[in-house]
Amino acid sequence: MTTNGSRTNHDSAVRIVSLYPDLLGTYGDGGNALVFIRRLEWRGIAVDHVIVEAGEEVPDSADLYLVGGGEDGPQVQAAKELERSKGVHRAVDKGAVVLAVCAGMQILGHHFPDASGATQTGLGLLDCETIHVDRPRAVGELLTANARLVRGASSLDLGPLTGFENHAGRTLPGPNSLALASVEIGEGNGGGTEGVITGTVVGTYLHGPALARNPKLADGLLSWIVGTSALTTLDDSDIEILRSERIRAAREHELAPRRSWRDVLKRS
Amino acid sequence: MTTAPTSSSRPGRAQRLPLRARVAVAAGRLVAWSSRVVRFGTGSVIGGRVSLLIDRDLLEKLTTSREVVIVSATNGKTTTTKLLSSALGADRPVVSNWLGANMTPGIVAALATANATDTAILEVDERWVDSVLRATTANTVVLLNLSRDQLDRTQEVRKLADQWRRAFQATPPRTVIANADDPLVTWAALAAPFVVWVSTGQEWTADAAGCPACSGRIEFTSAGWSCTECDLQRPPINASVNNQSISLDDQTFVVKLALPGHVNRVNATFALAAARSLGANSARALDALDDVSEVAGRYRIATINGTSIRLLLAKNPAGWHEALELLEGPSTPLIIAINARIADGHDPSWLWDVAYERVGQRFVVAIGERRHDLSVRFRYGTINHVVAEDLDAALELIRQSPHFDPAQPIDIASNYTAFQEHLERVGGVL
Repeated sequence: MTTNGSRTNHDSAVRIVSLYPDLLGTYGDGGNALVFIRRLEWRGIAVDHVIVEAGEEVPDSADLYLVGGGEDGPQVQAAKELERSKGVHRAVDKGAVVLAVCAGMQILGHHFPDASGATQTGLGLLDCETIHVDRPRAVGELLTANARLVRGASSLDLGPLTGFENHAGRTLPGPNSLALASVEIGEGNGGGTEGVITGTVVGTYLHGPALARNPKLADGLLSWIVGTSALTTLDDSDIEILRSERIRAAREHELAPRRSWRDVLKRS
Repeated sequence: MTTAPTSSSRPGRAQRLPLRARVAVAAGRLVAWSSRVVRFGTGSVIGGRVSLLIDRDLLEKLTTSREVVIVSATNGKTTTTKLLSSALGADRPVVSNWLGANMTPGIVAALATANATDTAILEVDERWVDSVLRATTANTVVLLNLSRDQLDRTQEVRKLADQWRRAFQATPPRTVIANADDPLVTWAALAAPFVVWVSTGQEWTADAAGCPACSGRIEFTSAGWSCTECDLQRPPINASVNNQSISLDDQTFVVKLALPGHVNRVNATFALAAARSLGANSARALDALDDVSEVAGRYRIATINGTSIRLLLAKNPAGWHEALELLEGPSTPLIIAINARIADGHDPSWLWDVAYERVGQRFVVAIGERRHDLSVRFRYGTINHVVAEDLDAALELIRQSPHFDPAQPIDIASNYTAFQEHLERVGGVL
């Protein structure tokens, strides 16, 4: 696996692993795998997709791993099994790309809170901490300023990221990580930023799914595996319509949750 | 063998409601009537709210002299409530809130219009089972399933299962009729003293992989399911259903439902089990189940601008899984409508948990406020589709398409508020 520079050709099929959709598949994030698969297939690049359910062996030879969002209980179980297997750790050491969403991002950090608020040890693949905060869940459209996907000297402009967030924890990026973007509307990590990048591991709070609404994020991550030149232009006009519609809705607070004055005080 | 220990059933002579309750009922009716007069809506919810403001124990008072059945689930509770009302209604007076106003105000409004001793068949929102059970001390509770739905405003399903479990510990019903193939429902129902276990052949298990009892993992096999880390497992079943018949208490009942699909045979099984546990005559109950052909507009066949259509409702991944059984066969064009209002849930990410690819080569028109989300989902599913502004535009597109067959009704499958709009177009609830 090359760790720097871009390849113009991927010699074999791109190997994608969806991790534990049975435990971390509550919020539609399984769609991210479909987006990756089609965007490769439409460019004539072969794909080998494997779904690994809880209790099964995690292969360490894939190019790309996907972890989704889920409920508090199953999230702890998923962290336990991934820590026991170490398959993803070995894959990341070899340069594999990981996209982890919501609960998936939280368990990839150093620590995260469980359903009771107690601190659980994460996988340490993302340099971030997720902490329990006493406030209502962050639920609603999430919109960022222009995002950048940075790895080493390369930096890809992704435009604004749009999605839907639904989480309780606050995520603090560490010194060895970068955020994806600053937040325009919504909560994101909680400190004005959204997403965490540590090397080739990327976390985000965006559902929608994230890649359905942000094709540049999908292509950016794929470019780390197959190189930018292999990613010929696709007609994404239908996605552009969806994006502009959701960006408008977020800016007009169309789906803003109704909150009591107590919630507002707690939040500020 | 699935006869619950008989307790002295409460229903007997109707007692007159206390004065405060009578005032509350009258005020609620007045508000509901005013609401209808100004064409604000049916007025049942607002009327119920006003009644409860005057007497917050009204639900308790309205159910002291009657038998009460609670029906709850993520999917199928309206249909099952309707089926059970028909089955029991064959040999006794019943009252029900089967139009879907399924929280305390809607329930109060429905009961306020009925005789004090009529058996109440109550559809209850998953989150309200606890408080409705406490107020009514219902003897019978029917639990169909629990799965992800409207995650932005409801609770994660494990928390709901936990809430149900604690409700049955606090106010034990005489009989619970529960889905043995759903680990979350099973875990909740195990807290009840007596359970009739129904095998549903449920295929949607994606929300139940994490054990609700111990956070271990549930393993599904063809024979059932069990936790890898604790002793939670599928209980021995008392009832099951196949293409032609329901097996219950070692007897076989042939069903010829007017309602389509496996999911409705499952709903009918729960209704028959509940009706029998309440002492209904099985033959009359079965005839009544067979005769139900429409439930609050679901499965309605109607005509819009000269084109025959059929209305279908599917609100979440488990519901779509069942609906797609009806949608994957034909080759006629199809309309899918998705909104994301409060009642639908604001986040339609779940569209990606639905295997829309099962529609095969069917030509699909996407409409609704979230038609562009659908369009992107369909593109990645390589489904033959277009987007239309609204229902009329969609029907016009279909009439002009080469796939159109005027002899076949156009299926319109919608989620909740989109379905309500389409139902209004064809005359509302009959």
